[in-house]
Amino acid sequence: MSMIFGVPLAVLFGQLLIGIINGAFYALLSLGLAVIFGLLKIINFAHGAMYMLGAMVTVLMFDALGVNYWVALFLAPLLVGTFGVLIEYFLLRRIAGQDHIYSLLLTFGVALIIQGVLINWFGVSGLRYTMPDMFKGGVNLGFMFMPYYRAWVIVAALLVCFGTWFVIEKTKLGSYLRAGTEDSELMQGFGINVPLLISLTYGFGVALAAFAGVLAAPIYSVTPVMGSSTLIVVFAVVVIGGMGSIGGAIITGILMGVIEGLTKTFYPPASSAVIFLVMVLVLMFRPSGLFGKEA
Amino acid sequence: MTMMKKLLTSAIASAMMAGGAQAAISNDTVKIGYLADMSGTYRDLAGPNGQKALEMAIADFGGNVNGKKIEVVSADDRNSPDTSSSTVRRWVENENVDMVAGMVASSVSIAVSKILEENDRLGIISGSAASSITNEHCTPNHIHYVYDTYPLANGTASAVVKEGGKTWYMLTADYAFGHSLESDVKNVVEANGGEIIGAVRHPFPTQDFSSFILQAQASGADVIGLANAGADTTNAITTASEFGVTQSGQTLAALLLFLTDVHALGAQTAQGIQLTTGWYWDMNEETREWSDRFMKETGVRPTMVHAGIYSSATQYLNAVAATGSDDAQTVRKQMMDTPINDMFAKNGKIRVDGRMVHDMYLAEVKTPAESKNEWDLYKILRTIPADEAYRPLSESKCKLVNN
Amino acid sequence: MNQPQNTADIHKVIVEQQAAQDRKKLILNGVLLLFLLAAPFVFYPVFLMKILCFALFAVAFNLLFGFTGLLSFGHAAFLASGGYTTGYLLSNFSGLPTELGILAGTLAATILGLGFALLSIRRQGIYFAMVTLALAQLVFFFFVQSEFTGGEDGMHGIPRGQLFGLINLEDNMNMYYFVLAVFIACYVLVQRIVSSPYGQVLKAIKQNEPRAVSLGYNVDRYKVLAFVISAALAGVAGSMKSVVFQLASLNDAHWHMSGEVILMTLVGGMGTLLGPVVGATFVVNIEYHLSQGPLRDWVDPILGGVFVITVLAFRSGIVGEIQKFVRKNMG
Repeated sequence: MSMIFGVPLAVLFGQLLIGIINGAFYALLSLGLAVIFGLLKIINFAHGAMYMLGAMVTVLMFDALGVNYWVALFLAPLLVGTFGVLIEYFLLRRIAGQDHIYSLLLTFGVALIIQGVLINWFGVSGLRYTMPDMFKGGVNLGFMFMPYYRAWVIVAALLVCFGTWFVIEKTKLGSYLRAGTEDSELMQGFGINVPLLISLTYGFGVALAAFAGVLAAPIYSVTPVMGSSTLIVVFAVVVIGGMGSIGGAIITGILMGVIEGLTKTFYPPASSAVIFLVMVLVLMFRPSGLFGKEA
Repeated sequence: MTMMKKLLTSAIASAMMAGGAQAAISNDTVKIGYLADMSGTYRDLAGPNGQKALEMAIADFGGNVNGKKIEVVSADDRNSPDTSSSTVRRWVENENVDMVAGMVASSVSIAVSKILEENDRLGIISGSAASSITNEHCTPNHIHYVYDTYPLANGTASAVVKEGGKTWYMLTADYAFGHSLESDVKNVVEANGGEIIGAVRHPFPTQDFSSFILQAQASGADVIGLANAGADTTNAITTASEFGVTQSGQTLAALLLFLTDVHALGAQTAQGIQLTTGWYWDMNEETREWSDRFMKETGVRPTMVHAGIYSSATQYLNAVAATGSDDAQTVRKQMMDTPINDMFAKNGKIRVDGRMVHDMYLAEVKTPAESKNEWDLYKILRTIPADEAYRPLSESKCKLVNN
Repeated sequence: MNQPQNTADIHKVIVEQQAAQDRKKLILNGVLLLFLLAAPFVFYPVFLMKILCFALFAVAFNLLFGFTGLLSFGHAAFLASGGYTTGYLLSNFSGLPTELGILAGTLAATILGLGFALLSIRRQGIYFAMVTLALAQLVFFFFVQSEFTGGEDGMHGIPRGQLFGLINLEDNMNMYYFVLAVFIACYVLVQRIVSSPYGQVLKAIKQNEPRAVSLGYNVDRYKVLAFVISAALAGVAGSMKSVVFQLASLNDAHWHMSGEVILMTLVGGMGTLLGPVVGATFVVNIEYHLSQGPLRDWVDPILGGVFVITVLAFRSGIVGEIQKFVRKNMG
């Protein structure tokens, strides 16, 4: 078997594929952050908590009401998105126009509250969630065993990412959104309810995080703390891509998944640090990130 | 403590020494401080339910020992050694706490034991895994009760090798705890004629293990050893099951799994995993009876740490009753002299280094067909005798051991 | 007060007002000093020292955040590098005077701070916060990996040693007055910096950076210097903390610690001198007392609530709001 730096080629293929799958996850999470920052200039430190809520809600709805995976895929983001709208309406709105930093601090506080309360209610060991039967098993690709569920993750995540990008960048609704957040008075004049638009945008951004949470529920341990370490990685992804760049977040997400995957193969201990290293390097040479506009 | 107070207490202490009046219960109360992670990653294995276990032990004494009241104070250690130090210092210096129980994060346990040594009080550590607690960090003022990394590696690894798992691939959490587990496993595996053919050190914490599982699969090793803990272990096991590790003929050996972890995974995902535990709720009539009581209080089955907290508190109070003293050295000596025979341990004994050695158990997670309810999770395969399980004193670096 | 008639009078009035204010400040500071001197006879010295260490940490952070307008999300790196360096030296070179250990820790944090500053200073706003966070994560990674830090076990049993080879710091009272002296020295230093011409430039940068540039200031150099001083003082705080507690742990390097110092500064009042001190006192007390009380299991959500309420209701912090109140009601 041919080898690259002591790693069999087949293994490397597998790692690349895994990297892309994880990258799709990152893309989905960082997309939500990018939407919220790009359109609303809110630095949403509660994003990890919203991801966790998506997963928790999925499990809890199944346990309490028998809501199945497919329904949860729509219902959980809807519920969490609604929660997001409430947070925007009751909290974030009050600091609109202030320095971005305050939105960071406010959402950080919100995340601490959500996480802390859920720990007290559900503990930290994790909730049990069984994978839907149709995803059990997988297919042998020759170089690796590919679980069906991972294939589904990549399809679902990329579809949602592309759909979101399309709506925001290419449709009329998207142009209202972008215009509404850039010049709210003008749009208000056109009879568009800008505050509502802002609430819904924030709700949509966190719904994306919750969607990622639903995707995560069958394959990761679902606990109230699952979002806290994911959060800063995803933030790094968004910063590397360029804060607010929708397409940048998606591409960077996948790219970082691959880089992380390769690090996991060649020097595993650094795999959590590598993204930060990339971030420092990128910002040294491109202060606004790979796809960001010069500030 | 102020200068005055300090002078005063030392004067009193020396007066007591002079009178040889060690046999007394200070302040006419036995005060126990319960310190554990109440809000972070280690919450479920000890946490608030551990306090319930402690209170059950006190209730068994009717709240009194030799007619003196038993009191409990408790605090969240925040997994922070300096918050814990502030708390414990106040407990021992201002609130006359005689014994500190609980303690999970190794940094907390070690920091607290130093303070207890300074102030000559007693600590009984039930939650920590680090074997360094009774090795290089041993003090004459603490006891490490339930388990440590040495028997975890020893028990699981030797059993798995003996059953034919000759080649191992290690997934190791990249911090001291993981490293020491890995090296202990290596020793045991090699001593039994096996071999470690590869290892990967993953960051702590890691959510996605697919990359590492893939590498472990590609290695072709008989056994994938998980030298990690908590969410890392459960995530690794979930991913292993998803990627069909067991179907492809590899075995998973988890070195540290708590009942709460296995419960979160469920029998479906965790079936067949071998692990070492210090205690299991469904071993015999005694353990079941106590666990039923515990479940009535808390709604869950106890982990080995919960049981250890109960047992150690009981032993402590027995020793206080027997000596009529709550002086740390007097009580510790009495505890060392008394073999432990209760629902937690049979013929357990506390060594000079503070290590409580007792039989450990090799368990296997039941299949869904075998498991009768959500907590019916382990089959006990084998008892690992106490002398085999723990690090022998001859290898000890503890200052209390003459080597 | 009479209407001033001419410029000389106006000048006189201003000088008088200034003097009156200075007197008030002097009295306030005097009262505070007396309180701090007497405190260990009433409160528990180690706990007071913890507050002083965190207060210094917050004061250091505030120099950058409150006075220069740079939000660093990586200050934990300096606290921890100071602590670990001091701890390592004092543990491994017995007889090393404690002050040298602390100095070395400070130096380590200073050098690290310079590195951080050079890599991050040209980034603006949120990018600056994120670069400092990323760099701090790399430092955290280094500390986790390193043998000498003891990993998650932490570094324990650091000897307090002797100050100048004379004063036994094992004694809590001696230790307390040493920590207090260092704290006051650093606090006064920051006070001087802020009121100096240099400090005025920093404030100008905070208010309007392009204008400061157009006035001909080399803004980057001012910012780098502010960053390095801030990192150095955070290093002092970390070094002293490791001596006080005789331990250093990964908690100090974790990004939550960087968040905590933001909370302290924000709650106390950023951009005020006393604010971070008040904030640190408040947060440390909340954590300490709540973690032992009936709300024991709810410390994190309560801290989260403090964050939310502060941001929503009193962004100027405790001291800032009091100042506003005083100005409004007492002229």
